[in-house]
Amino acid sequence: MWDYTDKVMDHFKHPRNVGSIENADGTGQVGSLVCGDALRLTIKVNKETDVIEDAKFETFGCASAIASSSVLTEMVKGKTIEEASKITNQDIANELGSLPAEKMHCSVMGMEALDAAVKSYRQGGKPVIFEQEAEKIVCHCFNVSEEAIIKAIRTNHLTSVEDVTHFTKAGGACGKCKGEIQKILDKVNSACEVPAAKPKNYNEMTLVEKIKTIESVLEEDIRPKLNLDGGSVELVDLDGKVVKVRLIGMCSGCAGAQGTLKNFIEKVIQEKVSPDLSVEQA
Amino acid sequence: MSQKIIYLDNNATTQCASEVVEAMLPYFSERYGNASSMHTFGGENRKAIDAARTKVAHLINAQYDDEIIFTSCASESDNTAIFSAVRAQRKKKHIITSAVEHPAVMEPFHYLQAQGYRVDFIGVDEKGRFNLDQLRACIDEDTALVSVMWANSETGTIFPIKEIAQIAHEHGAIMHTDAVQAVGKIPVDVQAVGVDMLSLSAHKFHGPKGVGVLYVKRGTRFMPYLMGGHQEKQRRAGTENVPYIVGIGKACELAQKRLTDGSMLKVAALRDRLEKGILAIIPDVKVNGDPEHRVPNTTNISFGYIEGESILMYLNDFGICASSGSACTSGSLEPSHVLRAMKVPFQFAHGSIRFSLSDQTTEDDIKVVLKELPPIIERLRQISPFSRLRA
Repeated sequence: MWDYTDKVMDHFKHPRNVGSIENADGTGQVGSLVCGDALRLTIKVNKETDVIEDAKFETFGCASAIASSSVLTEMVKGKTIEEASKITNQDIANELGSLPAEKMHCSVMGMEALDAAVKSYRQGGKPVIFEQEAEKIVCHCFNVSEEAIIKAIRTNHLTSVEDVTHFTKAGGACGKCKGEIQKILDKVNSACEVPAAKPKNYNEMTLVEKIKTIESVLEEDIRPKLNLDGGSVELVDLDGKVVKVRLIGMCSGCAGAQGTLKNFIEKVIQEKVSPDLSVEQA
Repeated sequence: MSQKIIYLDNNATTQCASEVVEAMLPYFSERYGNASSMHTFGGENRKAIDAARTKVAHLINAQYDDEIIFTSCASESDNTAIFSAVRAQRKKKHIITSAVEHPAVMEPFHYLQAQGYRVDFIGVDEKGRFNLDQLRACIDEDTALVSVMWANSETGTIFPIKEIAQIAHEHGAIMHTDAVQAVGKIPVDVQAVGVDMLSLSAHKFHGPKGVGVLYVKRGTRFMPYLMGGHQEKQRRAGTENVPYIVGIGKACELAQKRLTDGSMLKVAALRDRLEKGILAIIPDVKVNGDPEHRVPNTTNISFGYIEGESILMYLNDFGICASSGSACTSGSLEPSHVLRAMKVPFQFAHGSIRFSLSDQTTEDDIKVVLKELPPIIERLRQISPFSRLRA
C-alpha cells in the first residue's frame, strides 16, 4: 500500500475538471501508453488579461497521477500564464500534502504538461506534445533528457541515482543509464563539493597499491562488460609491467579471447592505470 | 475495519485455516521443547515433526519422508536448490530457467550470471506457454541445472514439468521446480513428473507464513545453504520451527482433502463465472494466460486503456482485494515481467488485474465484484485520454 495523503485520495476519488475543453487556447500532452502514465491538459485563456479561466485534464495512470493532474487544474485556474508557468513539480506535490518518493514523477508529469500547454497557448493554440527539448536523451526506456534530469536535480536537491529515478523515471527500467545519471549528479552537485584528492601516480605506488588499483579497474570497468556476455576475468599476477590475467566463464575458450585481452582489457588498463602496462594471458 | 473483506488475492497469501492454528498453538506454549534434546519432553516434538514430514511427503507423493527438508519459506527453498545444484557440480557452468519466474529464482540466476555462468531464460508465447523447443536447443552437457516453475503466480499457467524434467535428465542436469503456486491447487506428484528438487510454501494453501519445504529426491547431489547444525540431516541448520512445521503438516493434510473432495472444482467454477461475467459486461478486456492449462483459482484480466493501481484502489473501497501487474503497484516502473515476456500490448499490460480465489470464496463474493467492477472501469476510462483510441 502506498502512503497517500487524504488530499491525494480526495483528488483521486473526486477528480476536478475532468475532460477536454473544446477549442482550447492551449493543449499540452505528455507521456504515452508505453510509459504507463500520460496526461492531456487543455486550458482556456482570456487573451486580454492572459488569465487562465478554465483547465481540464485527461489522465492515464495511477492514483497519484490522477490526483496530481486534478490538483494542477485547480492551481492554474485564475493565474496568469506567466504565473502558471512558474509552477514546479514540488509546488504540485506540496499542494497535495506530499507524494511518496517513488511517485514524484507524477508531479513532474503535471509540470511538463503545463509547460506544453503554455507553449501551445503562446504558439497560437496548436496542441504541443511535451518533448525533452534537449539534444541528448539519457534514459532511452522512458525518453528522459539530460536537461530534464538536471532540472529535477536542481529543483529538488537530489543526491542519488535512486532519487533521480523516483523523480524522472530515468534509470527505472533497464538501468543502463545509471552510470550516466551518476555523472550528471556529480556534475550538477560538484560545485558545492570539495575537490577530491589527486590520485597518486602509478609509478609512486607500493606493490600492494598497484595491485589494488588494477583490481579495482578490473572490477569497475572491465568485469561488468564481460559479465554481459557471461564471462569474467581474474587477476593472476603482476610481473613488473606485465599484468597477467585469466579469462573465465564464457570468455575462456572464446575465439575472440585474444582480442578481448589486447583490444579491451589492455586498453582500459593502460588508460586508467598506466600506459606502460601490458596485459597477458596467465 | 468493519467492512466485509472479499479476498481474491490468494496467490499472494491465504488465510491460515483454523484447524492449522489449533494444531500449532500447543507448540508455542506448553510443548516448547527442542526436538533435538535427549529428554523426552523435547524429544517428543521430534515425533510431531516427523508426522508433519509424512503429511508433506504424502501430498506431493515423495517416495521417502527424508526427501522433505523444512525451510523458512519457499524463497529459501529456491535459493538452496539453485546454489546447491551449482556448488555440487563445480565443473558445469550453464544454468537454465524461464523468463517468467518468481524473483526468488530470477535473482539467484542473475547473480550467477554476473559470476560468469552462462544463463538461458526460456521464453513463453503470447499465452504464457513454455517454449520446449528453445529448451531443447540450448541445453547441453555443461548444463548444471534446469529450474522452471510449475505454475505461474500471475497468470496461473501450468508448465509441462514432466517434459522439461525429461529433457533436463537426458543431458544430466538437475531438475528443480518452484511449485509454490501449484501445490494445494492441482495434484503434484514428484515421482510421476520426475523432478529432483521442488519448492513449496505453506501460506499459499492455508498454512502459516514462515515455513516452506524443499523436496530433494534421494540420490540428488546436495550442498546445504544454511550451515551450522545437524538438523534436517545436516541439510538445513537451525533449530526446528516446531509450531510452523506442525502447521504445514496440517495444511498439507487439509489440501489433500480439498484435491479429492471436489473443492477445487468448485473454485474453478466460481473463477470461470467471474471471468465470463467480466468478459460479458465490460468491453476491451483480455484474459492473460492459457485457459487450457491453468490452476483452478486464478484469472488474470487486462482492462484496456486504464491503469491497474487505480482499479485496485477503487476495488479497495468495496473491500475487494486483488493485485495488479501494473508498474505503479510494485514501486518499479515497468509492468510485470511475466506479461512483458508474453508480449502483452502496453495498452493492456498496465491495466492487468489478477483475481485469485480459494475454497473460501463464495458466490456472493463473485456477485459483488461483478456488480461493483464495471462502473469503476467506466469511470477510469472516462478520465483516460486513450479512451478516444477505442473503436
